[in-house]
Amino acid sequence: MNWEVIGSYLPLYWKAMLLTLRIGWIGIVFAILLGVLCAIVRFYKIPVLSQLAGVYIEVFRNTPLLVQLFFLYFALPKIGIPIRADFCGALGLALLGGAYMAETFRSGLESVAGIQTESALSLGMNKSQVVTHIIFPQAFARSVPSFVANIIFLLKETSVFSAISLMDLMFTAKDLIGLYYKTTECLTLLVVFYALILIPVSVLGDRLERRVRHAEFGD
Amino acid sequence: MSENKKEEIIKVNHITKRYDDNSVLEDFSLSVYEGEVVVIVGPSGCGKSTILRIMNGLEPIQKGEVTYRGEKVDGKLGSITRIREKVGMVFQSYELFPHKTILQNVMLAPVLVQKRDKKEVKEEALQLLARVGLAEKKDSYPRQLSGGQKQRVAIVRALCMHPEVLLFDEVTAALDPEMVREVLEVILSLAKEGKTMVIVTHEMAFAEAIADRVIFLDAGQIEEEGTAEEFFRHPKSERAKQFLNSFTYEKK
Ligand SMILES: Nc1ncnc2c1ncn2[C@@H]1O[C@H](COP(=O)(O)OP(=O)(O)OP(=O)(O)O)[C@@H](O)[C@H]1O
Ligand SMILES: [Mg+2]
Repeated sequence: MNWEVIGSYLPLYWKAMLLTLRIGWIGIVFAILLGVLCAIVRFYKIPVLSQLAGVYIEVFRNTPLLVQLFFLYFALPKIGIPIRADFCGALGLALLGGAYMAETFRSGLESVAGIQTESALSLGMNKSQVVTHIIFPQAFARSVPSFVANIIFLLKETSVFSAISLMDLMFTAKDLIGLYYKTTECLTLLVVFYALILIPVSVLGDRLERRVRHAEFGD
Repeated sequence: MSENKKEEIIKVNHITKRYDDNSVLEDFSLSVYEGEVVVIVGPSGCGKSTILRIMNGLEPIQKGEVTYRGEKVDGKLGSITRIREKVGMVFQSYELFPHKTILQNVMLAPVLVQKRDKKEVKEEALQLLARVGLAEKKDSYPRQLSGGQKQRVAIVRALCMHPEVLLFDEVTAALDPEMVREVLEVILSLAKEGKTMVIVTHEMAFAEAIADRVIFLDAGQIEEEGTAEEFFRHPKSERAKQFLNSFTYEKK
């Protein structure tokens, strides 16, 4: 292991990590928004929208992110919709993640509804009060573990961004290996930097999980 | 009867209730008068829960009409939330909100729905909790309480809305025997205060002690109706006798 080489690569990896984080963060935020929206539409069986959401979820859960990115990045410009690589990465991540988050949140909603809703209604609450004060907080608390798992999954998936020439960690590693053949150093740095992203997320996720589940489950 | 002079609060008027093809109630009528305690008993599946759920608009009906002080009770109408404020319900499975503390459970609807002053509601909630012996549990979460305690909180939660009628659906059925009494005693004390209540129960001794009027339901029909004394001491119909006989080993 050549520490000097590692030292000189650090700034490049750092920059790449920031890119991964920037796109990942935006993609994940939109994935959650999209997922929650689809879950609601599906849960309340809102006509047309519910079917559309169903098709979307099936399609994006059953195709690889790489294929989705290729489609967005290479096919869209062909039909007159040019798209920037970083925007494309965030969009791909949001669409993929949205499909997963939707199913997660929907099962959370389903596990709460029913008689909890009736008990809230019988206290004179209207439907939107029931949703915001009773169903949502509980469904969210129950979904947190899967949300966190999804977020980690999505962050790992960002490693295919290099395919649309985004200079993320994977791209940087491959590029440097191609140029200077310092394979061991490059791959070690790659592992370290991914861990640098994912371990904090995992730890924070654990904390959040314990926090929101505290009331209901006490653990 | 003296009830006739009292005001009619809930009127179930010739209703029909079906689940798909399965008809549960057919041309069913029942009125609840101010200050009376109506106890509904009957074999499992005869429609007791369905009647309570219809009384606060949780269950749609196919024919007839239910009114609360003359106003139509219909889950689809906007007026239903106002009616439900006045018609409290307590469920067999308590249905406290697990993500809220005991105090928050009690305070939520009065503050959110009735827009009452937080401080005033809190004071009342604490008083009510103290009354059922649970003042020190105010900051606990439902999971930290026993079944009997949870059910007492559920009753307090309903009471804090200042309802005019309370509907109880087998509120002790899920409890361990040693917790049944603590819950029933709360309900008995409400009866003493003259609260209007409709109670579905399998606790016959309790039914006899609390009922002003007993409705014996069988297959969606009122098979027999009378005072507690009449129904439990001198049942008229064969079905009622059979039904009461099935509990006798409990009384001995
Ligand atoms: N959601 C539903 N869908 C279909 N049938 C139902 C539904 N709810 C109740 N029923 C049927 O309606 C009938 C009356 O049910 P209900 O729950 O009112 O009975 P009950 O008298 O409360 O019985 P129990 O003493 O067991 O609680 C039963 O035959 C039941 O199978
Ligand atoms: Mg029932």
